[in-house]
Amino acid sequence: MGFRRRLRRQPPAPQAAPAPPPAPAGPPAALVLDALGRKCPIPIIMLAERIREVQLGQIIAVQADDVAARTDIPAWCRMKSQTFVREEALPQGGWAFHVRRDY
Amino acid sequence: MLLDEARARVAASLGVRPDELSFTTSGTQAVHLAVLGALAARRRAGRHLVVGAVEHSSVLHAAELHEREGGTVTAVPVDLHGRVDPAEFAAALRHDTALACLQSANHEVGTVQPVEEVAEACRAAGVPLFTDAAQSAGRMPLPAGWSLLAASAHKFGGPPGTGLLVVRKGTRWRSPLPADEREGGRVPGFPGVPAALATAAALEAHTAEFAADAPRLRELVDRIRARLPELVADVEIVGDPVRRLPHLVTFSFLYVEGEAIITELDRLGFEVSSGSSCTADTLRPSHVLEAMGVITHGNVRVSLPRGATTADVDRFLAVLPDTVSRLRKSAGVT
Repeated sequence: MGFRRRLRRQPPAPQAAPAPPPAPAGPPAALVLDALGRKCPIPIIMLAERIREVQLGQIIAVQADDVAARTDIPAWCRMKSQTFVREEALPQGGWAFHVRRDY
Repeated sequence: MLLDEARARVAASLGVRPDELSFTTSGTQAVHLAVLGALAARRRAGRHLVVGAVEHSSVLHAAELHEREGGTVTAVPVDLHGRVDPAEFAAALRHDTALACLQSANHEVGTVQPVEEVAEACRAAGVPLFTDAAQSAGRMPLPAGWSLLAASAHKFGGPPGTGLLVVRKGTRWRSPLPADEREGGRVPGFPGVPAALATAAALEAHTAEFAADAPRLRELVDRIRARLPELVADVEIVGDPVRRLPHLVTFSFLYVEGEAIITELDRLGFEVSSGSSCTADTLRPSHVLEAMGVITHGNVRVSLPRGATTADVDRFLAVLPDTVSRLRKSAGVT
C-alpha cells in the first residue's frame, strides 16, 4: 500500500538543490558494473572490489535489481566515506546507483 | 474470581487500573484491537493515522487495512539509530488525525523511542497515542502519557497465546468487531483463565528478575558493542548506543549474506536472529533496517537471556572473526 513504499529512508541528496531535474544529473559514469539479477550483498561486493578502477572524483555506477541494493549501496557509501550521488531507474527494471569515489 | 485476581495483579505490575486492562489471544490481536478500535471511535475527528516508520509489522498491517478502507497514513521517518524525532512526529499530527502510534522500543534494534515527548505533543493536539510495549513490558517501567497500550505475554516469559490491551480511562474506543460483552466489551470470547494467571505470575517474576539483571546485561551488550569493531573489519553496530533495551544488540557485517551467518552461528551453538523478525520469509529486506538506512544483509540480532555470563559473551566474540572471514571468502571477497 501507499505509505509502506514511503517507509524507506531516502538517501540524502548531496546537492541541496530544489527539485532535482528528471534528466540524468552530474557527470557520466566512468565505469558501469552489471549486477542485475544478483542478490545482495553481491552488488556491493562488486562495487567494493572495483571502485579503485576509477580515479578520485570519478563516478562508478552499479546496475542492480535486488531491492535491498537501494538501501545497501547508500549505506555502504556512508560506512566507506564514498559519496552516493543518485539512483536512476532503468527502463528494463532495476536501478543504476551512481557513486563518486572520494578516497 | 481467578480472572479478577489475574487482572488485578497484571494491572498492578503495569501500573494501570484493572478496568483498563483486557486479556487478548495474542500481542498481535491486542495491537489490532487498539489501533482499529481507536480509529473507529475517532472516525468523526478524521481518518488520518500517524505511525513511526519502524513499528512492528502488526501495527503496519493494521495501518494498511485502514488505508485500504479509505483512511490516510503518515509514516514518521527515523534517524540512523532508528529513533523518531519528537518534533517531526509532532509536525505529522493534523486536525484530522484520529490516532498516533509509537512503540516503546524497537523489536529489531532495541532503540527506545521518545514516547513521553511524543505523548506530550499528542496531548497538546488532542490525539490519542497508542504504544506497542511488547519489547519493554516486564523489562522497563512503562513510559507515561499514552492512551492505549499493547503487550505480549510470551515476550516476558508468560504463555504464548496471551496478549494485553490497555485502554486508559477517558480514551474513546469502539470495537471494530461484532459486539461481545466479554473483557469489558473489548475482546471477543472468554479469556483463558489459566493463561491469564500464568501471565500475572510471569510478569511479576520477570519484572523483578529483569530489573536485577538489567545492569549486568547492559554491560555485556556494551562489551559486544565495544569489542566487535576491534575484532572484525567492516561491521556496523546498529541501534541507539545508550537509549536502548538492556539485553539486545544488533549488528551487520558487510559482504556477508544474512542467512549464512545465522546458520553458521547456530551450528556453533549460538541462537541468534536476523533482519526482520516476523517477515523474514518474504525476501523483502527488513523495513526497520531500510527505514534507518543501514545495510540490510549480514545482519545479526543477539538477545541476551537472563543469566548470560561474560564467559558466554567472550566465547561468542571469539568465534565471530573466523566465522565472518570464512563466509566472506566463500562469497568471493578478496
